[in-house]
This record gives sequence, C-alpha cells and structure tokens, in this order.
Amino acid sequence: MSQRPHLSTLTPSELRQRLHSPDGLRLQLGRFVAGIRSNFDSVADGLQALYADYPVATADDFCDYPVELRSSGLRRYVRPQAIFRFEGMQPFKPLPGDQAVAMLEWGLNWVFTNHAQHYLIIHAAVLERDGLGLIMAAPPGSGKSTLCAALALRGWRLLSDELAMIGLDDGLLMPLPRPVSLKNQSIDIVRQLPGQPVIGPIARDTAKGTVAHMRAPRASVEAALTPVQPRWILFPQFGAGHALDIEAHGKAHTFMQLVSNSFNYPRLGVTGFEAMGRLVDGCDGYTARYGSLDQIVPALESICTRSA
Amino acid sequence: MSRQTDTHLARALATPEFTERFDARDWEALIGQARTSDLLGQLAERLRDAGRLESTPSQVRFHLDAALRIAALHRDSLLQELSVIGDAMQSLEQPVLLLKGAAYAAAGLRAGRSRLFNDIDLMVAKNVIDRAEGALFRSGWRPTHLNSYDQRYYREWMHELPPIEHMTRGTVIDLHHTIVPPTSGHIPDAAQLIADARPVALPHCPDVFRVLSPVDMVMHSACHLFFGELQKGLRDLYDLHCLLDEFSPEPGFWAALLPRARAQQLEYPVLLALRFAQRIFGTDIPDAVASECRKRLAARPTGALTDHLIDASMYPLHPSSDSPWRRARRQILYARSHWLRMPLHLLIPHLAYKAFIHDDGKAA
Repeated sequence: MSQRPHLSTLTPSELRQRLHSPDGLRLQLGRFVAGIRSNFDSVADGLQALYADYPVATADDFCDYPVELRSSGLRRYVRPQAIFRFEGMQPFKPLPGDQAVAMLEWGLNWVFTNHAQHYLIIHAAVLERDGLGLIMAAPPGSGKSTLCAALALRGWRLLSDELAMIGLDDGLLMPLPRPVSLKNQSIDIVRQLPGQPVIGPIARDTAKGTVAHMRAPRASVEAALTPVQPRWILFPQFGAGHALDIEAHGKAHTFMQLVSNSFNYPRLGVTGFEAMGRLVDGCDGYTARYGSLDQIVPALESICTRSA
Repeated sequence: MSRQTDTHLARALATPEFTERFDARDWEALIGQARTSDLLGQLAERLRDAGRLESTPSQVRFHLDAALRIAALHRDSLLQELSVIGDAMQSLEQPVLLLKGAAYAAAGLRAGRSRLFNDIDLMVAKNVIDRAEGALFRSGWRPTHLNSYDQRYYREWMHELPPIEHMTRGTVIDLHHTIVPPTSGHIPDAAQLIADARPVALPHCPDVFRVLSPVDMVMHSACHLFFGELQKGLRDLYDLHCLLDEFSPEPGFWAALLPRARAQQLEYPVLLALRFAQRIFGTDIPDAVASECRKRLAARPTGALTDHLIDASMYPLHPSSDSPWRRARRQILYARSHWLRMPLHLLIPHLAYKAFIHDDGKAA
C-alpha cells in the first residue's frame, strides 16, 4: 500500500480526468477501494482538500464500491443538482449542486453501512490511544464529531468519525478513516483549535444546516489497515453550560445504548448479539455530560490510559 | 454498457467455470450486476458449490462471504416467522400454502438457497381468507393500506389481500386466495391447486404448511414473472431455471407441465418461462417440450414483439449491462403488466385515481 501514489501527487487536471473516466478515481479507503466518478469541479476540489494523503489504487485493483456524483442534462447550467448513484442505482433524491461534496460523504456512509456486512456497524466516532480503542456513540447533535476532531488534533489516531466497524470474527475495530463531518458552530470551534486543522469546502442550507469536513490526520490515514482492540465506550452529551459529569454504566445499560445506535444490529441476528456481547464485555462504558472541550478532553485523557 | 460484460451474471450462474479467466473489471461487472439484481447470495452459493470460492480473489470473496452470511440470517428469520405464523394458523384447520421464496426455502429446493426474502406469501382457500387474516391480526400483524380505495382495490380485484405488517418485527405477509388476479381473465382452479399441494415439515412448527406441486410451482413462478412488472426479471428467471432443473428428473413432470398449464388457462407464461430459461441459462428442456413451446409461441400474433421486449428485462439494471434502449423496453413492459392484470374499463379509472386523487406514496 505504501508504494501507491497519494492523491496529492495527481495534478488538478489528472484528477479531473480520472473523475470523468469510466473507471473513476480509485481511492483506497481503509480496506476498501471506492471508484469515484463525478463531473463536478467542486468534487475534484473537495477531494484534493480532504483526501490528499489517501493512496490511489491501480487499474488492476478490484473496486469494491463504485459511486457517482453527477449533474445531468440541462440542469448542469441552471441551478445544478447533484445526483448520487451506487452501481447505477439512485438511493437518494438529488440535492442542490453546491452540496455535492457533502453528498459524496453521506453517500459513502450509506454504501458502507448497507454493504459491509462483515462488521457490526455502530453510529459512532472511533479513536485509538496507546493501541486501544475509544468508541463514542451518540445520536446527531451530541457533540460527537466536534469532540472527535479535537481528540484527533491532539494526536489520537482517528479510525472513523461516523462508523464503528466491529469485526464479527475477531471483535476488532476496523479503521475507515475519512474526513470528520462538522456542523454549524462546531466548524468555527474546530478551526480555532491547535493542531492545524484543514477544513474543506463549506455547504450551506443542507438538511443538517451548514456542513464542512476536517481532513483526517495523515498518520491516521497511513495506519488505516491496522485494526484496534476496543477498550472504552462513551456516550457523549454536550450541552452549553453543562458542568462535567461522567457516569460509569453497567454492561446491560451499555449494551442497550449501543443497540439503539447500531445500523445493522437487527439484520445480523444471533451473530450481531454475540458480537455486541463480546464488545461490551471487553469495554468500560460511560456517559459524559459536558459544556466545553476544555472539560472533557483532559477527563478522557485520564480515563483512556493503558493502565485503566 | 459493454457487449463483453452484459451477460456476465447469467453466464456465471449457469456455468461458474466461466469466471476462471476473470480480471478485476470482469469481477466488478459481475458483482455489480448481482447486487442490482438481488442475486449476490445465489451467485456466491453457485460459486461455492462449484468449488470456485477458494480461487476467487480475496477482495471479491469478501462480498460473496458477506452475502452468504446475510442470506443465512434471512433464512433463520424466515423460519422463525413461519413458526409464529404456523401457530397462528393452526386454529383454521385448513392447509396454508407457502408461495414463492418461502415455499422454495421450506421445501428445501435449490431455488430457496442463499436468497433474500422480502414478503412472505401465503395462500388459503377463498372461503377462509377472512379468518386467516383475523388469526394473523391476533398474532400482531396489522394492515398497511388503511385507505378505503386500496382496501377495495385488493379485496375486489386482486388475488391477494392488502399486505399486512407485523407491528414490532416489521415482517410483511401477502395473503393470497389464488395465484393470478381474477381481473386478468385467467381463472385457474384454486381448489385444485390446494388439493394437489404437498406437505412440508418445518422445525418447531405445527403441520399446517403445504407447497404447490412441482408443476403448479413452476406455473405460478412463471405467472409471477411474466404477468408482473419484470423489474427483477433475471432473478425470477433464475428461480425458474433452478426449479426446472431440479424437477426435471421427477417422473411425469415434463409430460404434465404444458397440459396442466393449458387446463389452468396459464399456458402462455409457462411457454415464455421455458423459452427464456433455455435462452438465458441454457436450461435443459426435453426436445419434444422445447419444440412444442416454439410452435405455440410462433402461433401468437405479437410473439416477436413481446419476445424482444421481454429480452430487455433479462439484463441486470447495472451500467455494465444496461442501455437506453433496454431501459425504454422495460418501461413498455411496466405498462404492459398493468394491461395484463386488468381490463381497460377497470384499468383507466384505477390509473386516473392513482395519478390525481391518491398520492400518499403507498401505491398499490
């Protein structure tokens, strides 16, 4: 994998050429190859900003997931629309053209959650510290991504901002590092953090408000094929003005909370139950209420240490 | 679309050795076609049976293994639902027929292996259908189409009641009283179908379930495909290929198939099934049956046109096998399926109602 050229070695015109070609730009994302086709210049720019450090697969590699983001017909010139396709199928309604980069991210999330059925998949941010994994599971709006970006900028390895993928056979966390999705105020909060965050194009008035993505740290992308033993499970609850309050949970509570955040738990039947049981058995579970990153980050760094 | 890849899926299902010299692009076309045709599990099963899974590149095998895993889970949950349905239906003291996918799986047929199950299709005699529906309501199933127009559409015109959905588990049951819509003008003898049905034994399940006899099962599968919208044409035809292949050695099967279909006024879909299964999957059909099939199809005035249209629906809706002309022909077939189901004096008011009045998105 290290021999493969990174996306940053392609010139802007080479990148556009690949995006227009029938095979698409073949990007290595964790253990998968996505073939991305697009006629949006904004997608080319977005990829250059957010995926510069990702290896580009060769023509002999099998492409796991071909996706396409396209404006079609005359709409290309008048109020363009972005259409997402996977294998030629169109799982979503089109979005305004200026949301194309965000739609590519959402579309890829959809593809992974619906097709990578070797994993128990939980809606969670996942990071690694000292070789052990922290899973932060929460519904949207809990501050999960902002906290995830803050930890990644402090040197934690980013496995994913969106999908915890737990191997059904080995119980390990499979990394799928991709850009961290930031919404509304958290874009400015993260921009001001130390650690030189790189923020991609901004999409306004989306279904989730204003959306932008932070590039995954290079070290995380380079370690994308190394799985991690899960160790801590956290349910973050951000609220403006909250005092820091961390509460440890029993196994049953942690189990049920994870089930309610899982994408494919019911689909996996007994296999899913066993994988979830093994995960919870090997981890400590907490809920953390907090009002600022200054409170929660040091607290997490003291909980998540090897000796814990 | 490329002419070199557009039949990859059909050929790999018919002859797994076909994948021997595949490169990455061939595998991409094959996996993509199987994904869009709901045939990934069946493809994996076929390659596994032929001992080709080991030599499949590991990146490709990942997706095939995942499909087998999901198919096994689907099967478990189908069997679990059937045991609940069996308990609920026991009080009827009447046979309950399983149709389509559930029947193939319950009867242990090849067509039922490693497939996905969406709705569960059941059939009971018309005079007990209300009691059967009541029994399912008491076990947690609920109507999905509450609109009075939809209720009337199904109950007066169709061969099944409006789908019912389990309130916690979400499983959907279609309860039939016959195998084709009565408004289509084909009126098979449902009592005869039920009388000839064969028992199936399922684990943890009272003895209520039956499946259609082999000849009737092929006939129903053919009606479902060729009177339907042909949206998953290749998958449904693959079912037929598996059924024909597996029933072929049964004594009397081939001698009974066409006469029985004719007696039930359902010869036409069976003729089409034989022709297309042979064309697409190379199904082994006795010469006498195949030549009678050719003769009878040639005698139909619109035979060549229909043949050309249907041919388009036997290619996966995937960029590697699709073309604008094939898409256009599929649209015509979609319109044709409504025409076949209802006479015009019912169809025009029905479509008008759907287009102008009824727009809650739950179209029949």
